Amino acid sequence: MYVYDDYDQRIINERVTQFQDQMNRYLDGKIPEEEFLPLRLQNGIYIQRYAPMLRVAVPYGMLNSQQLRALAEVARDYDRGYAHVSTRQNFQFNWPKLEECPEILAKLAQVQMHAVQTSGNCIRNTTTDEYAGVVAEELVDPRPYCEVIRQWSTFHPEFAFLPRKFKIAVNAVPDADRAATRMHDVSVQIVRNEAGELGYRVFAGGGLGRTPILSSVVREFLPEKDLLTYLDAIIRVYNQFGRRDNKYKARIKILVKALGVERFSEMVEAEWAHLKDGEGKLTQAELDRLKSFFTEPEYKTLAANPTSYSDALANDTAFARWVERNVRTHKKAGYAIATFALKQKGTAPGDITDRQLFAIADLADKYSFGEARTTHQQNIVLADIEQEKLYDLWKEAKALGLATPTLGLLTDMICCPGGDFCALANAKSLPVAEALQNAFDDLDYLHDLGEIDLNISGCMNACGHHHIGNIGILGVDKKGEEFYQVSLGGASGEDASVGKILGPSFARDRMVDIVRIILDVYVAERIEGESFIETFRRVGMAPFKTAAYPAPATA
Amino acid sequence: MTQIILDKQIAQDDWVLVADDATLSGNKEVINFSRWNSAVDTDKADLIAKRDAGTLGIQLNAGDTADLLAQDSQGFALINVDFPKFADGRGYSAARLLRERYGFSGQLRAVGDVLFDQLFFMMRCGFNAMAMREDQDLELAVKGFETFSAPYQGDVNDARPLFRRRG
Ligand code: HEM
Ligand code: SF4
Repeated sequence: MYVYDDYDQRIINERVTQFQDQMNRYLDGKIPEEEFLPLRLQNGIYIQRYAPMLRVAVPYGMLNSQQLRALAEVARDYDRGYAHVSTRQNFQFNWPKLEECPEILAKLAQVQMHAVQTSGNCIRNTTTDEYAGVVAEELVDPRPYCEVIRQWSTFHPEFAFLPRKFKIAVNAVPDADRAATRMHDVSVQIVRNEAGELGYRVFAGGGLGRTPILSSVVREFLPEKDLLTYLDAIIRVYNQFGRRDNKYKARIKILVKALGVERFSEMVEAEWAHLKDGEGKLTQAELDRLKSFFTEPEYKTLAANPTSYSDALANDTAFARWVERNVRTHKKAGYAIATFALKQKGTAPGDITDRQLFAIADLADKYSFGEARTTHQQNIVLADIEQEKLYDLWKEAKALGLATPTLGLLTDMICCPGGDFCALANAKSLPVAEALQNAFDDLDYLHDLGEIDLNISGCMNACGHHHIGNIGILGVDKKGEEFYQVSLGGASGEDASVGKILGPSFARDRMVDIVRIILDVYVAERIEGESFIETFRRVGMAPFKTAAYPAPATA
Repeated sequence: MTQIILDKQIAQDDWVLVADDATLSGNKEVINFSRWNSAVDTDKADLIAKRDAGTLGIQLNAGDTADLLAQDSQGFALINVDFPKFADGRGYSAARLLRERYGFSGQLRAVGDVLFDQLFFMMRCGFNAMAMREDQDLELAVKGFETFSAPYQGDVNDARPLFRRRG
């Protein structure tokens, strides 16, 4: 994992001092509300419905146990005993006091964490694959490149006031995309060209929100050292020509669409021609320096599938079920990747208590080289577990309520905070998630259904990624009442797609029924081994529509 | 005369922005880019003469990108870049382009909704002058330049990013 040197630490410390000063001036009435707004946003503070929300950056999802403990302390000492993992791999605190935020940030700075640029119209935290560095399929470890981007984007003097927020995601796996990269303003796919050289395929113009669009290729191959100058060129074009008159048309996706990707690429290339051989070009020394932080931990030489592990699998079906769903193959023989699904019945998706956080820190130290990762599905991963020790880990996790065996299944939902917290909501989203979790709690049924992404947003802003859920649920306002629109067929992986609307929206108390009807159609239509999305793509919307909206005579 | 910040000090402003139809006096006056851009024949020749005499400044307003002025910028003694709202960041790109690409070396001044917390970014993008919004405290502002000691990126003052400076 990356470790700050004096420069990094000083930059973050100076930021805390600056924000403490801004906060003091605000509390003294020297900065009016509307000017404090962008300042607090750039320090991660939203004002929600009832309280401020503080969003702490977890750069590309990586955390060490010391950082987990610091987050746990913040949850315990400044919040109501819990924290929230967001869909962009960050941590959120729902109940801090505004005036205490600088203090929280000072505390986090001591463990090399910050809230810089976690909101506001600037370059946000870069995200990547939660299995970076531990899967055999990846071309290279994407994290050094994410760190390159983190440093370049932190307090970028030219891009602090963009037309809209700007999100970058990096992926290095050829046939999978666990970071939903094509939904980002810019996505960087690490590739090799025909000559075997490392570089990037660069996409721009993706995003969700009101107008969901998948990003388009801007450049097929960009050499490794040209990453930052090219990003500078893209964002400089966007900063000058992106719309600023309407915040719903201000994302880069709208600019790319308006110009057409060919014209947009030409403008970027013309700008880049001036920058590419300048001082901003990456050096081999810097790439080597950053890569040196992401070398392998001291793995033991182990045999795959030791007997004690196979015995536990054979003798304990609950363990076997958890392994089947929540454990992935590691690139090293004898190791495994385990995910804790933060989707327990009765808690909001992504919520985690201070006690669980402290415990995960201990588990990380004991089993996984002291590191953990957050995922955009709002879960937590321990990436380097010896198979031999998985059974012990599972027993400990189970006692903590962290071993729900449902990763990727229906109840592993993504859900935004919705009307319970967020001032922009059209409808509550958490009660829908909870009702679904309660209604679909039969593990045999869930496992039989197999992989389904169900995503819920409380409004068009799409924080809950409803467009790219196989089943998407969107809160809408119907004459002052909370209704929910359902879409089907969205997907976020390699074959990403945007879902299509099923039909008129439903009242909240019908949502469980409707989801059940959709699932029944799938079960009736599927052919052996087909997942929900595969069935949907084969049979189309019609059978689902017919079942969800029976003819008036029978209604 | 109003006060501005010039080269990190408080200074008196001796330039005036004039209306598009005002006759120019030959004293230090600033015209909007649109006037410069639409002037032809003798009008243009007059503007060029005043520019070259060092008595004409020009102001880029919202939507006037730096490439429209390009090398024409070089003769001006002063270029204003207007920030219609503090959240409108186009002016940062304009400033960098004028300095780094089009070789402008005169006074580059941020005007409009210019507030304390933008100054550091502005300076890094090549502004050496700021006409702050009226309610801002200039004494406080000049102290604010020292907020960050070693930024990650290269900028107009030092093109080398931190990775080329890191010891
Ligand atoms: C409660 C306070 C929150 C507010 C006021 C808020 C507000 C917004 C707004 C206005 C947008 C739309 C931006 C656009 O136009 O593109 C947005 C997008 C987004 N938010 Fe939130 N949000 C909140 C909480 C959250 C939380 C808790 C999460 C994660 C669980 C989240 C994740 C996202 C994501 C991923 C997007 C991006 C969708 C895209 O790429 O277009 N937000 N949020
Ligand atoms: S999707 Fe809407 S309701 Fe949900 S958190 Fe985002 S802005 Fe709020």
